[in-house]
Amino acid sequence: MSKINLSVNGKDYSLGSVAGETLSTLLRDRLRLTGTKIGCEEAECGACTVLVDGEPMMSCVYPAERADGKNIVTIEGLAQRVHNEMKLHPLQEAFVEQGAVQCGFCIPGQIMTAYALLKRNPDPNSDDIRFALKDTLCRCAGYPSIENAIIAAAEALRTGEPVQKPTHIPDSIHNHKTVGHSHLRPEAVEKVTGEAIYTDDLTFDGMLFAKARRAMIPHGFLTKLDVSKAKALPGVVAVLTAEDIPGEHNHGLVIYDWPAIVGIGERVRYVGDSIAIVAAETQDIAEQASALIEAEFDLQPVITDPVQARQDGVPQIHEKGNLLKHIKVRKGDMDAGFAKADLVFEHTFHTPATDHAFIEPECSIGVPLADGRMEIYVGSQIPYQDKTQVARALGWDESRIRVVGQLMGGGFGGKEDIMGQIHVALLANGTQRPVKLLFDRHESLLVHPKRHATQIRVKMGAMKNGRLVAVDTELYGDTGAYASLGEKVMTRATTHAAGPYDVENVRADCYAMYTNNPPAGAFRGFGVTQSAFAVESMMDMLAEKLGIDRIDLRRMNALHVGSITNTGQELKESVGLMECIDRVNTEMRKHNSDPFTPITDPANPNLVRAWGFASAYKNTGLGGGAPDISGADVELYEDGTFQVRSSAAELGQGLVTVMRLIVSEEMAVAPEKVRVLVMDTDLTPNGGPTTASRQTFVTGNASRYAAKTLRDEITATMAEKYDVKPEQIKFRDGSVHVNGTSLTYAEIYKEMKALGKQPCVRYEYEAPKTKPLGEGGDMHFAFSFGVQAAEVEVNKLTGEVRVLKVISANDVGMAVNPLGLQGQIEGGVMMGLGNALTEEFIVENGNVITDHLARYRVPGIMLTPEITSIVVEHPVEAGPYGAKGVGEVCSIPTTPAITNAIYNAVGVRIDRTPVDQELIANAIWERESGK
Amino acid sequence: MNLWQEYKRPASISEAIQDLTSASGPVMPIAGGTDLLLDLKQGRHAPIHTLIDLTFVPEMSVLELRGDELYIGAAVPVNRVALDPLTGLHAQALVEACNLIAGPQVRNTATLGGNVAHALPAADGTIALTALEAQAEVASPTGTHRMPFTSLFLGPGESAINKNSEIIVGFYLKKTKKGQSSCFKRIMRPQGVALPILNCAVWLERDGDVVKDIHIAVGPGGPIPFRATEAEDVLRGQSFNEEIFTRTLESLLVQAKFRTSARRASADYRKHIVGGLFSDVFEAAWKRAG
Repeated sequence: MSKINLSVNGKDYSLGSVAGETLSTLLRDRLRLTGTKIGCEEAECGACTVLVDGEPMMSCVYPAERADGKNIVTIEGLAQRVHNEMKLHPLQEAFVEQGAVQCGFCIPGQIMTAYALLKRNPDPNSDDIRFALKDTLCRCAGYPSIENAIIAAAEALRTGEPVQKPTHIPDSIHNHKTVGHSHLRPEAVEKVTGEAIYTDDLTFDGMLFAKARRAMIPHGFLTKLDVSKAKALPGVVAVLTAEDIPGEHNHGLVIYDWPAIVGIGERVRYVGDSIAIVAAETQDIAEQASALIEAEFDLQPVITDPVQARQDGVPQIHEKGNLLKHIKVRKGDMDAGFAKADLVFEHTFHTPATDHAFIEPECSIGVPLADGRMEIYVGSQIPYQDKTQVARALGWDESRIRVVGQLMGGGFGGKEDIMGQIHVALLANGTQRPVKLLFDRHESLLVHPKRHATQIRVKMGAMKNGRLVAVDTELYGDTGAYASLGEKVMTRATTHAAGPYDVENVRADCYAMYTNNPPAGAFRGFGVTQSAFAVESMMDMLAEKLGIDRIDLRRMNALHVGSITNTGQELKESVGLMECIDRVNTEMRKHNSDPFTPITDPANPNLVRAWGFASAYKNTGLGGGAPDISGADVELYEDGTFQVRSSAAELGQGLVTVMRLIVSEEMAVAPEKVRVLVMDTDLTPNGGPTTASRQTFVTGNASRYAAKTLRDEITATMAEKYDVKPEQIKFRDGSVHVNGTSLTYAEIYKEMKALGKQPCVRYEYEAPKTKPLGEGGDMHFAFSFGVQAAEVEVNKLTGEVRVLKVISANDVGMAVNPLGLQGQIEGGVMMGLGNALTEEFIVENGNVITDHLARYRVPGIMLTPEITSIVVEHPVEAGPYGAKGVGEVCSIPTTPAITNAIYNAVGVRIDRTPVDQELIANAIWERESGK
Repeated sequence: MNLWQEYKRPASISEAIQDLTSASGPVMPIAGGTDLLLDLKQGRHAPIHTLIDLTFVPEMSVLELRGDELYIGAAVPVNRVALDPLTGLHAQALVEACNLIAGPQVRNTATLGGNVAHALPAADGTIALTALEAQAEVASPTGTHRMPFTSLFLGPGESAINKNSEIIVGFYLKKTKKGQSSCFKRIMRPQGVALPILNCAVWLERDGDVVKDIHIAVGPGGPIPFRATEAEDVLRGQSFNEEIFTRTLESLLVQAKFRTSARRASADYRKHIVGGLFSDVFEAAWKRAG
């Protein structure tokens, strides 16, 4: 066996070679340098970038043996230990300071790529940076902040001056002492040094590796299953089938319709269904064993789309039929509305399924404990529901399960459903050894729920002056093989189908249908992304038909305080839509006073530019009558520091920072004095699902009220002890002032303990009650509003589209952490841009075509436009300091703003996403050759 | 599953050929390996037993002038090809093509040898080398020999190189003389597979307003990298003007075999945009040569 002699971060190693080993595996598994991340293992995402002899390389496709004689630098090699303290490299520091770190999973790759760039070019401009980072993907898409960080680091390296902080992010207009000002993420430093641990970075003694055997047929009955060859393979420890599930076979978030493993005689409903699971001593053996499992199926006709699924006589995928839910919105009198209208027209739109493509693929680890309990390590958006679902499958009491949530490399709604959690629990229970199940990118793309593909027909009636009088929508949503959150998602698509407008007569009918495609569930925007594309296109079409300005049209119909929504809810506060419209309009006109008229590039007559405009709104919180509850603990420790705890999920969006800032504000201490613990079902109270842009509101409030309650308890205790009025106790500058004396929090801790009081408070916050759809009244407790304008350049010959600028205004109620908010907004625009231009999850006859990242394109830095963010703050009374959600609304108007801009540039109406440049070219060609 | 069992690192061409011909089980030479390893992993390539890493062969990692030719080793990473001043001087089209292959990290391992060995009719590097009339140096158990570039290709994905006994060692290009230049451009779509809809490279020699000589390559314009020889004949020796351009394009459209590739581009779309692309490439090369 040959040797590999290599240097890693200045240290020499001589290692035996291992057949088939890549450099990333050598670094991660043998040297335990887990800062180098694996996102795709197909040289697409760049997360695994390391330097080999100074050049950035994708270590996932670099044979380890080629590294013989080479110098390797990984993310762990950048920071330097100076007097027992780690001194960050200026690049690492700049990524932290500029807010370029969100979920953090891509960051080692971003920094290593940038490090190589700065070695060769100490003063790079924007083009140089984009060229160098072209294939280093960030799905949180903080590309502008990444670019700023690299420029700031380059300057610091050249001048020796400290790294510049961002200067362009204003404080909240409702700022307090801490909240409303920009603060750094508590976990940012570990994310830039590679020390941050994600699930796949964990390893346990005796740990086995799992693989699920997927059916790989879209529809049929499993007739025969033979696992004997797999079981006989040396190194295989367990092969489990449906018969081995001790508890409930089905899981699900709302409806338990999704079998953890399909049994013999049972129905396979999509290619990603599991028919057996394997645990083995190595990943390689697990994969070999999975391939040795023999299965036979009685194939059934495939239901490929929701319209077909609703036809008479087609096969029924579930016992209750193919209809998951018929969702109805009714307001006013449609006949009267359309009869009154001066103009009535309709159009049909189509949107495809899309994938979250979080850079960190799904990973779960089950660890059986000596006391008969089980720990599940997983990055999950709903830890408490994982606990329930795992317990059901095992047939255990829930108290025996502990979910220990890990840092997540992005979620975007795609980490709400059960993926590997039940499988590892079954295997860990069966083998009594820890078991890890890591999806590769291929499996991630095949298996987890997508954004719903839709068909949306909108019929609109308006008066001559532009006032909308009737909007009638028919939606078909493809929820795929299983319900997941399909009903909720399509309800949101339906209730928001007439746009953020005050319309007297509204009807919407949605058919959420089962098909044999991969399931569809939550994805940032939650159905509104699709319906906003339809209705905002209709608004521009209407403006043109009536010959009125499209911004006037939106202003005239915009929801305002006092409006009644389509579901019969009176908006009583916090409707910043008009301000968003006006401020985007003003900003846009600074660039171009006649933004919607095409301008031809003088140097190239094929290139035409124009702006497009779109509005949107999105509920904050679950709504629809669901109790919206989050719990938080705030505890004071002996050293005078605090901890705030909740099982809300941090998936990169910045919730941990929000919780820290809120407790810091309430206790009047520096943010650094507040630690945050999330997502551990033994140690943190239930924060509910991280979905529906709800966590800043609900867990923010839970943290706030827990802190307030603790403060009240301290006040009461001190008032009694020092015999002063409670009003004379002041919390200021990190200490408690009692009638002239100032006590540190460490002293307060002692005082409380001495009096037998626990300086710890649990608060369960329940958001204002809501009503189910159809009952009128408040279906949601808050709405956020967003308006975007996009400038595009279209090549009239080729149909190619480039987005040059995007202006995004979002009414967020109040910006708790403006730096984190900026990252959400930039990322939202980029995800919307991907939805418009690059992303299409293609399924043909139930088979997934886009089964590798190379076939499913998410936007990289090269496609990033100049993004201008305008924060609008119309506070919500019940929100923390007035805040409401922003995670979704900032991504919704992007697609129609872009497609409206394309129409304004070249007169081609896009009614199907993603934009097809060939279709644009053909339409222009036909029109111009017909002249 | 293990992508390979044995990994060889020969230090010379003869050692590489020896390793290749004596390997037990299926064998593949690997340069960058970015495509091959993924093809193996994703089951698009039959399993192999032995990989022969050519990047340790010095002769294959050289980029230098040899007499009146530029030599580029087949295992030189395309990023080095793109950055080297020699290619900047003698092979602008190749520089432009190499700068567009994948992303920077992949370009640091991917090689022209691999790009060519895959025998795709529209690989960027391949199309540039076609227009530059490269010659390939091929090693076999009986020694090395030169092959005209387009003779390396039999069909889409089908190389004339015998993978069990032959290796592409490097490429020879003629040095650029006064009045000569080249250019490469391509048109992509932002969705789906990472292959161009259409790419085009032009090499030309200009004498005032006269096109003294020209090579036009378009991908994919047929089952193998396509040279628009008939269009070249129309332009060669002519003063460049609108009328001659129209005739050149007509001729190109007649000779090229554009086809529809699912989810990428229809044949009609390719025909519709090829004129604009060729015109852009030609104009850029024409200006450079002036």
